[in-house]
Amino acid sequence: MSIKKLMASVSAMAFVALAGPAQADVKIGVVLALTGPNASLGVPYRKGVELLPKEIGGEKVQLIFLDDASDPSTAVRNAQKLITDDKVDFLIGGSNTPASQAMANVTQREQVQQMSLAPAAHPADKNQWLVAVPQPANLWADALVKDMLKRKIKTVAFIGFSDPWGDICYNALKEVGEKNGLKIVTNERYARADTSVTGQVLKIIAAKPDAVLVGGSGTPGALPHIALAERGYKGPVYATPGIFNKDFLRVGGKSVENVIAVTGPIGAHDQLPAGNPIKKVSEEFIAKYEAINGKGSWNGFAAFSYDGMLVLEEAIKQALKKAKPGTPEFRKAVRDELRNVKELVGTNGVYHFPEGSAYGVDERSVILVQVKNGDWKLVAN
Amino acid sequence: MSIPGGGARGRSMTFDIFVLLVQDAIGTGAIYVLMALGIVLIFNVTRVIFVSYGDLVAYSALTLGAFELNRMPGTVWLVLTLAAMAFVIEAASLIRRQQARQIPKAFVYWGIIPAIPVALTFLIGAENLSLPVSILLTIALVLPLGPLLYRIVFQPIATAPVLVLLMVAVALHFAIAGLALLYFGPEGFRTSAFVSGDVMIGSFGIPQQLILIVGAAAVFSAILFLFFQYSLAGKALRATAINREGARLVGIWTTRAGALAFLLAAGIAGVAGVLISPTTTIYYDTGLIVGLKGFVGSVVGGFVSYPLAAVGAIIIGLIESFGSFYSSALKEAIVFAAIIPIVLWRWLYVSAHDADEHEEE
Repeated sequence: MSIKKLMASVSAMAFVALAGPAQADVKIGVVLALTGPNASLGVPYRKGVELLPKEIGGEKVQLIFLDDASDPSTAVRNAQKLITDDKVDFLIGGSNTPASQAMANVTQREQVQQMSLAPAAHPADKNQWLVAVPQPANLWADALVKDMLKRKIKTVAFIGFSDPWGDICYNALKEVGEKNGLKIVTNERYARADTSVTGQVLKIIAAKPDAVLVGGSGTPGALPHIALAERGYKGPVYATPGIFNKDFLRVGGKSVENVIAVTGPIGAHDQLPAGNPIKKVSEEFIAKYEAINGKGSWNGFAAFSYDGMLVLEEAIKQALKKAKPGTPEFRKAVRDELRNVKELVGTNGVYHFPEGSAYGVDERSVILVQVKNGDWKLVAN
Repeated sequence: MSIPGGGARGRSMTFDIFVLLVQDAIGTGAIYVLMALGIVLIFNVTRVIFVSYGDLVAYSALTLGAFELNRMPGTVWLVLTLAAMAFVIEAASLIRRQQARQIPKAFVYWGIIPAIPVALTFLIGAENLSLPVSILLTIALVLPLGPLLYRIVFQPIATAPVLVLLMVAVALHFAIAGLALLYFGPEGFRTSAFVSGDVMIGSFGIPQQLILIVGAAAVFSAILFLFFQYSLAGKALRATAINREGARLVGIWTTRAGALAFLLAAGIAGVAGVLISPTTTIYYDTGLIVGLKGFVGSVVGGFVSYPLAAVGAIIIGLIESFGSFYSSALKEAIVFAAIIPIVLWRWLYVSAHDADEHEEE
């Protein structure tokens, strides 16, 4: 205990010593999974966050990154540390739903605005300090179910991760699908690190579904698609926004041809009509991102965090007119201004976070895409 | 809410599904066989329960994947760094023992020889390699990792208790998996199949890739069994494991035995990685879970018998395959819970026989 106290006082002294000239900086804590199974999202999210301008409204912006190693309890510890030790004005994170949900308890208590890069929400009265950039699951499940109905699909099999992301996908499909008269015939699960899903896929095929939804993310999401193709499944196969990147296409190869997925508009930005404002923002993002990370490196995950940074930049700009960084007034001002952002065009939608809701996008944030000749093609609705 | 993936629909088992599940089990089981063989081999000689062995397999698969994408694999930097570290450690220990004249020889052993595949890779370049060349380079790059890790990590603590060695091996996993994240990134790799098509037996097709994997597992299993049972070198390696001091007294060079075991194991890992890379997606951290299942398999063999370890690994494959059919959400729990009856059975078996295999400490 005494050692802990000593450490605390040493770090407090170090903080006082360091904090002198940096007092006026806008401090932003970022908690993401930079290692562990969720790193395939956390790493591109980080690169998107780094596109936040180094200076906003004449004030320097300082980003403090902490890795939660894909573990929600570490994410909570990191959030607490950033708030109490580093006195951040704003908290970005996490990169997966369990971490974001858990951190929200801390940010709610400490009254620090949190921006989750993964879908996350609490009941309306507990969302004052939480916003989430991506689309809520029901929004994209709606788009998928509409397409299923159009294809006269009656039964859908589900296979997804044996983790909260799998639960979110399954629950969204179940809720939206059953409302529209679809029957969900299987709820198969697999782990991200699994080397085979033959057992699950055989069970799906035995259930003879009209279509299959795969609730995975990143390259681990390709495994069921490959197994379904190997076993000669002929029906339409659907996927969630979690798999929208080039690595998924690389790993999936021919097996993911014709897969139907949902994503933000940036996914088909080159196929959007010229007047669409999202097209312009998407092109700006890609130019900025590739200037740093190399040609062809942009991805949908980094685009989400870029959108978050656009919203945040706007909120900070307005908040700086009201209060000085590092004060509770400033933290409150950032929160209020974030809710005041209206019709802000990003790469994945048009943002406005109404009070009481964690989400800030509408159906303009969802487009339907299909893999054709190894690339994503916009499905004409 | 019911358990995902469970439920009464499991009754839809038919003969076709049964055969396919067995086939899947043999495919994954064969990978675990290769893992189990390497783990038993290393344990037999050095008493290290090398749980991070799977990481070598992952490195092999990722290296091949990088070659396929015309990228220089990060393995080259790992080998170079480890070679430099191994040489420094060796030189320091030579100086401490006042054998500084041996340093040039140590430089050749630990500095030059491991760097040969790296130099070859740079000479040939990573672009547009033909498949056989990239496979050979991959195995050649993974090969030095074994002895180098042994020299740096395990040789200095070779006489430590088994538990200490195990803890170090676990720690090592985090170090090399972390480096793999740095070198290969968080996304997975899956190479294109080098053989495709099925061999038809009656109305059932058996993928050629599966035959290749099972064949390799069987061949390695047999070779190791014969080597350790009948050859003098194999017996010397075993003697080192059973009694290090005694082996030293009868003239067996125990540190060289350890490096040799790690070299052989790294060779198996290299081949295993190449074989599984077209059959599944490999991530920077896949190694641990695959390695652990190989470990469970080798427990069946009591860490001494290669054929029993192979049988155990196939059993794990079967449990996993059928577990994923009947209750996919609980699959991992089923596999790792299987270790309890296996250990119980081993314990009864060992206590019914003799105390031969007891640790001397």
